[in-house]
Amino acid sequence: MTAPAHHAPFSDGGEYAIDAQIARRLLGHALEAGGDYADLFFEYRIVANYVYEEQRVKTVGRGITLGLGVRVTRGDATGYAYSEDLTMERMAHAARTAGQIASGGGAPAPVEIAPVVHADRYPLGNPSVALPPDKKLALLRAADEAAHAADPRIVKVEASFSETLRELLVITSDGRMSRDQLPLIRFGVRAVAEDGARRQAGSSGGGGRYGLDYFYGDSRDAAWHGKEAARIALAMLDAKEAPAGEMEVVLSAGDSGILLHEAVGHGLEADFNRKKTSNYSDQIGQKVASDLCTVIDDGTVDHSRGSINVDDEANEGRENVLIENGVLVGYMHDRLSAKHFGVQPTGNGRRESFRAMPMPRMTNTSLRPGDTDPEEIIKSVKRGVYAKRFSGGQVNISNGDFVFSLTESYLIEDGKLTAPLKGVNLIGNGPEVLRRVTMLGNDFELSDGIWTCGKDGQSVPVGVGTPTVKISSITVGGTQTS
Amino acid sequence: MSDSNNAQSPAITEQVVAELRELAQRVVAHAKKHGADDAEVLVRSGGELTAKVRLGEPELVQEAGSRALGLRVFKDAHQAVTYTSDMRDEPLDAFAAETVKLAELSEPDELNKLPEQSLFADSVPELDLYDAACEKLTAAEALRRAIAGEDAARAYDDRVTNSEGATWSRILGAAAFANSAGFVGGYRGSYSSLYVEPVCDDADGKKRSGYWWTAGRYMDSLLDPQQVGIEAAKRTVATLGSRKVETCEVPVVFDPEAGRAIVGMVFSVANGSSFYRKSSYLVGREGSKVASDLVTIVDDPHIPRGPGSRPYDGEGLATRKNVVVNGGVLETVLCDVYSARKLGRESTGSAGRGIGGSPSPTTSNLIMQKGATGRDELIRQTERGLYVTSMMGFGFNPVTGDFSRGAAGFWIENGEIGFPVSEITISANFDDLLQRIDCVADDLELRSSTACPTFRVSHMTIAGK
Repeated sequence: MTAPAHHAPFSDGGEYAIDAQIARRLLGHALEAGGDYADLFFEYRIVANYVYEEQRVKTVGRGITLGLGVRVTRGDATGYAYSEDLTMERMAHAARTAGQIASGGGAPAPVEIAPVVHADRYPLGNPSVALPPDKKLALLRAADEAAHAADPRIVKVEASFSETLRELLVITSDGRMSRDQLPLIRFGVRAVAEDGARRQAGSSGGGGRYGLDYFYGDSRDAAWHGKEAARIALAMLDAKEAPAGEMEVVLSAGDSGILLHEAVGHGLEADFNRKKTSNYSDQIGQKVASDLCTVIDDGTVDHSRGSINVDDEANEGRENVLIENGVLVGYMHDRLSAKHFGVQPTGNGRRESFRAMPMPRMTNTSLRPGDTDPEEIIKSVKRGVYAKRFSGGQVNISNGDFVFSLTESYLIEDGKLTAPLKGVNLIGNGPEVLRRVTMLGNDFELSDGIWTCGKDGQSVPVGVGTPTVKISSITVGGTQTS
Repeated sequence: MSDSNNAQSPAITEQVVAELRELAQRVVAHAKKHGADDAEVLVRSGGELTAKVRLGEPELVQEAGSRALGLRVFKDAHQAVTYTSDMRDEPLDAFAAETVKLAELSEPDELNKLPEQSLFADSVPELDLYDAACEKLTAAEALRRAIAGEDAARAYDDRVTNSEGATWSRILGAAAFANSAGFVGGYRGSYSSLYVEPVCDDADGKKRSGYWWTAGRYMDSLLDPQQVGIEAAKRTVATLGSRKVETCEVPVVFDPEAGRAIVGMVFSVANGSSFYRKSSYLVGREGSKVASDLVTIVDDPHIPRGPGSRPYDGEGLATRKNVVVNGGVLETVLCDVYSARKLGRESTGSAGRGIGGSPSPTTSNLIMQKGATGRDELIRQTERGLYVTSMMGFGFNPVTGDFSRGAAGFWIENGEIGFPVSEITISANFDDLLQRIDCVADDLELRSSTACPTFRVSHMTIAGK
């Protein structure tokens, strides 16, 4: 039997099959100038996307990328090179180029390379990229129809589906070798509603490390996302100016995990703490959040967008507790920072592609639920904002200031949701805001798979999750000052 | 660290450009052979050198070359867009055949076709975008420059207690574009930059990070590393003790570093794609006032050595200078061919194209023209207000113009810059924001492809305490 088309050329039986002997030779070239560690990162990526606009499949796209990244470290210094050409000559050249960071000494390449055994949190089954496209086109049509059917005021609908299959092979000079195949799909719908001179847009999307089974399970199908995009666009037609200033804010379950990602997540990535440039540096064992807060980063959630069986340095994905009952207990590590802090790797060494070196990155970051009925949380607010949907966030690692942008929110008056509010930003300081978490719902939700995290120019898919959260005071960036 | 003895020369010669042009034409021919009505190909080839240091020691040296090819085919008004990094002829032929087949999956749209022949650029103007002097820079020299920048920042003020490091990077590359209507073009470019990012310790365990940078297509146009380091240190130290202010409504002055994001947002609502998608609050406003009289914004692709300059656009069309906003009036909505056809007009030669995507409207050098007031005079004329040096977050809705972003900067009191401010948001409807620009300074510098001088908005809401 021949290997199916979605298998990498560097996998067994492929045109550029990499075995332990080739790997040892390349690691030998990488370390010949005296580096103390090297790794090889082979990546094969198939991407396809389908765009639906104005009741037609507007365009289809497909791309394939193949390459090898070679990293050599000497102390805290890293040499990095890559090649898209997997001939021995070009791979050896990349290995030697990366190796130039070092001089003198010389560590031998490993004698034994042993495969890393890991669990499979997203079994490949029938990967989406290998399935015929007609079903995917039908999903786009279903979403479009559902959005238009919601209301005649929906005037434009765009739907898109993208699918990726990444195959990775990582081999390290300390003798570990891991292979993984990571499927990823993302579905998105955007609807524009028009009523006289008023116009608004709404979006909904989802996905994760699934095949097309995502759409036929018991959760959200294509039509649901179409309806949801239309619902938001229509609801926002009546939006009023948001208030300005500090007030109580209730965050809905799920996507509000963006708050954690920005407020504490980045600050707990150990590279910033190794360099002492994070406001969480040297704070292990200290109280950094209210007692209610237990924050975890978990790469092992089945099918979640941020999950990884094994990280990009051949360490197994894990569940890591970052904050326990308000106390900071650990950081997220890559190999370099784990070595610096003298701890075990946490499975957070990730990279965007073979063209970039790994860094400590989040996987699926979430806040454990409390025991309060979410209705009670809204009822407890006299005047504040209920935040339901977000377009993203950003943090300044050094001082902890972060923002996140609301695309669907409501005024809370006397414990009830009243007027929808125009798009607004919330701004706060990570540790200060987490100390002001005063109520947690019993309704934990993991976000549907849409989030992408950017750091130092590298993008990786992530997941976030929260229950309903009440923050006693945070600055709402509206225009109404009274 | 030894100087490289086995790396190939990073030089991008005219010969490389010629090879890419030939490769692009060859793949266009493959696509035609496999049944495409028309095809266009973009090929890129280039190399990067990144040298990062921290606390005086090398942290990263990254050196590599890379190639990629993007193909768009049209067949019976269907289209497909694909890319590959495998440049061997046989796989490229198969890739072209698969792309033609893939196009059948899309649905016909009569606007899916190449631009009219008369629109293609008939020459590739020389814009002086490649500096051969960049080729000679070694990794060791790049590290030395980064160290010099970081050292200068750390030595400038003892309140600089830490560093995120300093990064020198150099990109040398070439691109070629060909289509089945006979257009073929290619050019090369260089770009070097240095970033220095000092860190200070503030009260309450907070850190304050800052940065400064220099960049350009020609190495000799870059500031000295020492100057960059000193400026980075000054800017970072100045933010020590940043605090929130009370919620209020005051004039807001945007420095050029923060203001260019505002200019970029003008483009996001003044392009053909957002227009035909009804995703801009400016739909229906062409020829009318959308900003104050003081605002003129020009997209100029022909500035020699300009960071965003380009001799032809992403569809092979001749580029031209477009006045987007002229004295406050929305004059030109920037279009690629598809969005122009949707709107029943002609492309403005503004198509941009990545390797893996369809063309879409983009900017080249998008510049808000300078005014007559000195920057210091503008501050002096501001009795009380906020001077914004950076913004955070994504709070802009192009459909409605609602704008709300995190901001940091300094408080202005009695016409002077005072204490540093952070953890606040600034908001206003974007339509109002542009109409309320009441002073534009004369300190325009083309440091990045979107640029502006310092300008002031008469009032915005500051949300703070």
